[in-house]
Amino acid sequence: MAIYTTNELRAGMKLMIDGSPCNVVDVDFVKPGKGQAFARVKIRNLLTGRVVERTYKTGESVESADVMDAPMQYLYSDGEFWHFMHPETYEQLAANAAAVSDAAKWLKEQDMCTVTLWNNEPIAVVPPNFVELKITETDPGVRGDTASGGGKPATLETGAVVKVPLFVEQGEVIKVDTRTGEYVSRVKE
Amino acid sequence: MDTLFENQSWLPGAGFDVLRLRASVYKKIREFFRQRDVLEVDTPSLSRASVTDPNIQSFETFFQGCGAAPPQRMFLITSPEFHMKRLLAAGSGSIYQICHVFRQSELGTQHNPEFTMLEWYRVGMDYHMLMREVAELVSSLMPRQLDEPEYLTYKDAFQRYAGIDPLAVALDELQRQAQQAGFTLPAADKDNRDIYLDFLMSTVVQPCLGRQQLTFIYEYPASQCALARIAPHNSQVAERFELFLEGNELANGFHELTDARQQLQRFQLEQRWRELRGMPLAAIDHELIAALGAGLPDCSGVALGLDRLILLMSGKKVLSGVLAFPFNLT
Repeated sequence: MAIYTTNELRAGMKLMIDGSPCNVVDVDFVKPGKGQAFARVKIRNLLTGRVVERTYKTGESVESADVMDAPMQYLYSDGEFWHFMHPETYEQLAANAAAVSDAAKWLKEQDMCTVTLWNNEPIAVVPPNFVELKITETDPGVRGDTASGGGKPATLETGAVVKVPLFVEQGEVIKVDTRTGEYVSRVKE
Repeated sequence: MDTLFENQSWLPGAGFDVLRLRASVYKKIREFFRQRDVLEVDTPSLSRASVTDPNIQSFETFFQGCGAAPPQRMFLITSPEFHMKRLLAAGSGSIYQICHVFRQSELGTQHNPEFTMLEWYRVGMDYHMLMREVAELVSSLMPRQLDEPEYLTYKDAFQRYAGIDPLAVALDELQRQAQQAGFTLPAADKDNRDIYLDFLMSTVVQPCLGRQQLTFIYEYPASQCALARIAPHNSQVAERFELFLEGNELANGFHELTDARQQLQRFQLEQRWRELRGMPLAAIDHELIAALGAGLPDCSGVALGLDRLILLMSGKKVLSGVLAFPFNLT
């Protein structure tokens, strides 16, 4: 495993801290005029998402983490694992619930996702920014009411629940922004 | 157009409002010292000697003489202190200087490898008197009214903000406190107390210092004495102070050590420390030692980081915002 000295640390680097892969968010040089120099590193634990600060004496060594982001196609879920495939190598991977986490409710078969791999094991899944999903259940809307600011909950084919305008009907396909979880538009099939 | 001419990286980093602020600060400082009859001096940036302090690294360069003369090792000064003390020993009386100093490997949001120092020495003043003069100068420069300055010993500050007695606490407790505050124990020099004290000072204590007032911390541990005298009433502490404002370190001052023999011993000890750890060796300043031998008058001196002061005055967040050409634009 590669070793970095603190002087080499930059935002975006992946490090092993206390046995967990972490992403470097920010690095600053800290030093009293007459004292020891330190590297203050802000890191995000890639397993828990928690951001913490760590300080090292400058010149200390820090182990790098073998972490990379890969574009992968979502295939299916068997209830326990979510299966993904690399679009070029056709290599398949199974991600567990902890890795998929909140992304699960947006995953539709064939969609391209970003899978974060640590030692070639998936540890996080980011769904596409926009997904198109069919509404499986929603109350009948009031026809012609397009101006009303109100909305209603709609359950999508993946199980996600989003707020949609009253005129949107069950069976329609809608576009959703997965970053905010908000309805964007109807999709004409 | 040729892309060579479209490049915008020639532009300065700081705006003209900040550059005008800097000019006005220099003007007020010169007026402050003119009124007090302190002489402005100008000493070299390039020196044959360097600093031994293992926590300060010098930029090294070479003077190439004529013909086949071997190149002479030279250093950019990390502080004008040694040259100014030679002036003091020669009988200059109280002196000040605004100059650029250079420190290797120091780059961050609050550090630039080349920075501006205001350094002054007051003959006949002890360091308590000098702290009061520093407070007077800085208060007169700040655009906003500050509360009355606060004076805390290093020990009191640690007890108040970190809950430990820095002079008495056991090493393992110090390590535990540092780890709890996010410090990773180093591979080497694990038993060096000053590493943990510096870390806790920078991370836990310092952010609490200088809230809407100038906070002076004095009586630093004797192990961090640098060029200060050891206190006559307590050999555990040195007659050294620092100034903090809004959690930023602004100045460092000493009741100056005048004992040539003791100063040489400290230099040799630091040189030995460098040697043992494979660090670049310093060129001990024997001219300074000789000057102390000839007699440095009883005096106190202080170095104040002007870029940081201007940073606080301007309300900017990072040092590069107040430098005409910060390091990445040079």
